[in-house]
Amino acid sequence: MADVNRGNRPLSPHLQIYRLPLAAVSSILNRITGVGMTLAAMLIVWWFAAGAFGAGYFEFVDGLLTSVIGHLVMIGSLAALWYHMLNSIRHLIWDTGRMMGIDIVEKTTYVVFAGTVVLTLLTIIII
Amino acid sequence: MVQLTLPKNSQMRIGKTWPKPEGATNLRKFQIYRWNPDDGENPRVDTYFVDMDTCGPMVLDALIKIKSEIDPTLTFRRSCREGICGSCAMNIDGGNQLACIFGMDEVKGDVKIYPLPHMPVVKDLVPDLTHFYAQHASIKPWLETKSNTPAKEWKQSIEDREKLDGLYECVMCACCSTSCPSYWWNGDRYLGPAALLHAYRWIIDSRDEATGERLDDLHDPFKLYRCHTIMNCTKTCPKGLNPAKAIAEVKKMMISRTH
Repeated sequence: MADVNRGNRPLSPHLQIYRLPLAAVSSILNRITGVGMTLAAMLIVWWFAAGAFGAGYFEFVDGLLTSVIGHLVMIGSLAALWYHMLNSIRHLIWDTGRMMGIDIVEKTTYVVFAGTVVLTLLTIIII
Repeated sequence: MVQLTLPKNSQMRIGKTWPKPEGATNLRKFQIYRWNPDDGENPRVDTYFVDMDTCGPMVLDALIKIKSEIDPTLTFRRSCREGICGSCAMNIDGGNQLACIFGMDEVKGDVKIYPLPHMPVVKDLVPDLTHFYAQHASIKPWLETKSNTPAKEWKQSIEDREKLDGLYECVMCACCSTSCPSYWWNGDRYLGPAALLHAYRWIIDSRDEATGERLDDLHDPFKLYRCHTIMNCTKTCPKGLNPAKAIAEVKKMMISRTH
């Protein structure tokens, strides 16, 4: 092994070739929805703060956030909120060491996905 | 650190397409990662065709057939061919598997084979596992005792012995650790599922007398707590073990001992 080239060993491919399992998709979605909600919260703060700056500025921001794109962003944030909450409940259960077999994990992933859709639609209907 | 793309020297090129075996009617296409430390080139993906009528059922059978009949330079580790040595761990069809017990009938379409993900490559399908083994050694995978050595043996009840089921079977193939995105991004400091499963195996061993020290050692933001329950480890384990659950149990012990 004395003359083996160790200097420029390549890094084997990872994300490029790994087929993300269902549970991994739900995990990265948890991270994405968490970051996304932070951004959405900032948008809402901007909305409220605009009211304090004056009528003209509020109208501009209000126009943006209640436009079609604004509505889509808010509905997306709503779905993110439900997803993040449901998945966090699952994380709490996992923290007790329960429901950690891969079969039950995949089943509860579908439960979280379905719950997100149902609760998002319900919220839109109610408010 | 998270780096989503591959470094320049690691980016893969399209490699050679090796000739089809003559007279074969039942061909299967294999795309296999190649890297030669001696030619200064980037890694490449070669294409091979294997006659399935004269090949065994497992991916390792095909690799051995390619090596003996088509391309003797193809390099990979293998030994026991029955899933107990852990040598032939590699990424097959997007998941980490032991090639010797992973059937080609489980793959749809072409068979794509890469080394274990996010590891330094020694050659072709052989990753450098030095750091992985060092992490295993760091959790002291042996019985630690303070009492006087008994005259005959360290005894254990049947119930206590059963607590080791699902843990002692680990063959350290590295499939789980190299499937874990946390290990990809923080493998220098995060111990990874394999080493943590072994840590738990010794923590709950009724004969071991260093439980406190073992937990102290793992009480670290990186060593243990980079596990975010992504579950890739449990999904991929070729032995059907559950490293994620073992890690969760260690985290639980961390909390319960503070109260």
